[in-house]
Amino acid sequence: MRVLPCGDAGLLVELDELPEVLALADAVRAAPPAGVLDVVPAARTVLLTLEPGTDLAALRRAVLDLPVEPRAAVPDTATVEIAVVYDGPDLAEVGRLTGLGSDGVVAAHTGTPWRVAFGGFAPGFAYLSGGDPRLEVARRDEPRTSVPAGSVGLAGEFSGVYPRASPGGWQLIGRTDAVLWDLGRGALLQPGEQVRFVVAP
Amino acid sequence: MTRSIEVVRTGPLALVEDLGRPGLAASGVGRSGAADRGALRLANRLVANPEDAAGIEVVLGGLVMRATAGNTVPLIVALAGAPAPADIDGTPVGHHAVLALRAGQVLRLGTPPTGLRTYVAVRGGLAVDPVLGSRSTDVLAGLGPPRLAAGDVLPVGPEPAALPILDVAPVACPPGGTVTLRAVLGPRADRVADPAALARTPWTASSRSDRIGMRLEGGRLERAGAGDLPSEGMVRGAVQVPPCGEPVLLLADHPVTGGYPVAAVVLDTDVDRAAQVRPGQPVRFVLVPPAWKDPP
Repeated sequence: MRVLPCGDAGLLVELDELPEVLALADAVRAAPPAGVLDVVPAARTVLLTLEPGTDLAALRRAVLDLPVEPRAAVPDTATVEIAVVYDGPDLAEVGRLTGLGSDGVVAAHTGTPWRVAFGGFAPGFAYLSGGDPRLEVARRDEPRTSVPAGSVGLAGEFSGVYPRASPGGWQLIGRTDAVLWDLGRGALLQPGEQVRFVVAP
Repeated sequence: MTRSIEVVRTGPLALVEDLGRPGLAASGVGRSGAADRGALRLANRLVANPEDAAGIEVVLGGLVMRATAGNTVPLIVALAGAPAPADIDGTPVGHHAVLALRAGQVLRLGTPPTGLRTYVAVRGGLAVDPVLGSRSTDVLAGLGPPRLAAGDVLPVGPEPAALPILDVAPVACPPGGTVTLRAVLGPRADRVADPAALARTPWTASSRSDRIGMRLEGGRLERAGAGDLPSEGMVRGAVQVPPCGEPVLLLADHPVTGGYPVAAVVLDTDVDRAAQVRPGQPVRFVLVPPAWKDPP
């Protein structure tokens, strides 16, 4: 665990693997040190945003003393099923990059359950991890200026669904009608939940 | 009759903002809120509101608003931030001052000579419906009230028990000329070939700046090291270096996460000053030491 400077109202903690990230985020949330306003887990980091004036050196020591034990067992949670039409503009390219072919990408994407690792990017956007490792692909070299809402994409070790139209650099393999973000309900996908993609009938 | 104000006209942009909705990053929702938090706080303190009451953030003046007929007692109003010249029914009124606006009277904001964002606080706060615990408009996420338009009627909340204790606050206004911002090296300064170049380069705020970030022109920061940086949490004040090398200083509505390396982070109080920088205005950075140093 490494603590990186992030101004006078933040600390960025870097860890080796995603399970440690989620464990640290859990540990901070379970007993938030004084001054912590928000906890932002990501792929390899946990950002703590802080009240201005927080003693950063003391908070840094407190964070380094936190127990970081990756969850041994995945807790039982509901599975959210998302029906996808696999006709994304990058499906063939992902098939080529992975060597799986288009049909193989669809089989791999639907064949293994994913888990909501963390949210970010936009309201309702969930970074899904734990899928088939053969699907790991880099982002597009040129981000698209507008990705339609409901687009299903891949980037690095993650899969995700765009909640609303926005610019984006993920490789798009399909689309869904699922509503990812609703003001009344909040995000469809909550951290820790299991997600299974199915081919839309 | 309810207390309210009517928007007669807006300038380039007027938004309802409070101090935002912290704590929701895990759902992808950023904090948002006033771009110059200190100025909104000051305007609220002048009218004895809680500091986080919702007011109006006015970009480059131009706002015209009327106290509606339902106001049986005058509305108490204060302006802070960019010193837009203001009048009530043609009579000039002060900046950083406590003002009374009787039913039917019109408050008019001209264009501020310096600074970018003027804050209008109304005693009782604007009582528009909150979204996820805040009345702030987040332009990136599309959350909160829509941008204000002529004809909008904004309800005003009940007056707080506290009474204004000052008539005028002797506070400096945002300056013209070069704005100097203090920053510490950021978490990914090692991904930038020469991060100290940030402090050596005379930058200019781009016209492509908004509440999401201020783009800087006048030089390029070269990136070092290859490979994508996995997305990570971003703070207000982060100076990101995109592939083109022209840095972006993240402001109130910045994305929750991002993948460009952060070369430096501007100190929290100085981000408020950055939010008052006008397009075309010169900007300089001064690097200050971090709060701690890791053992080698």
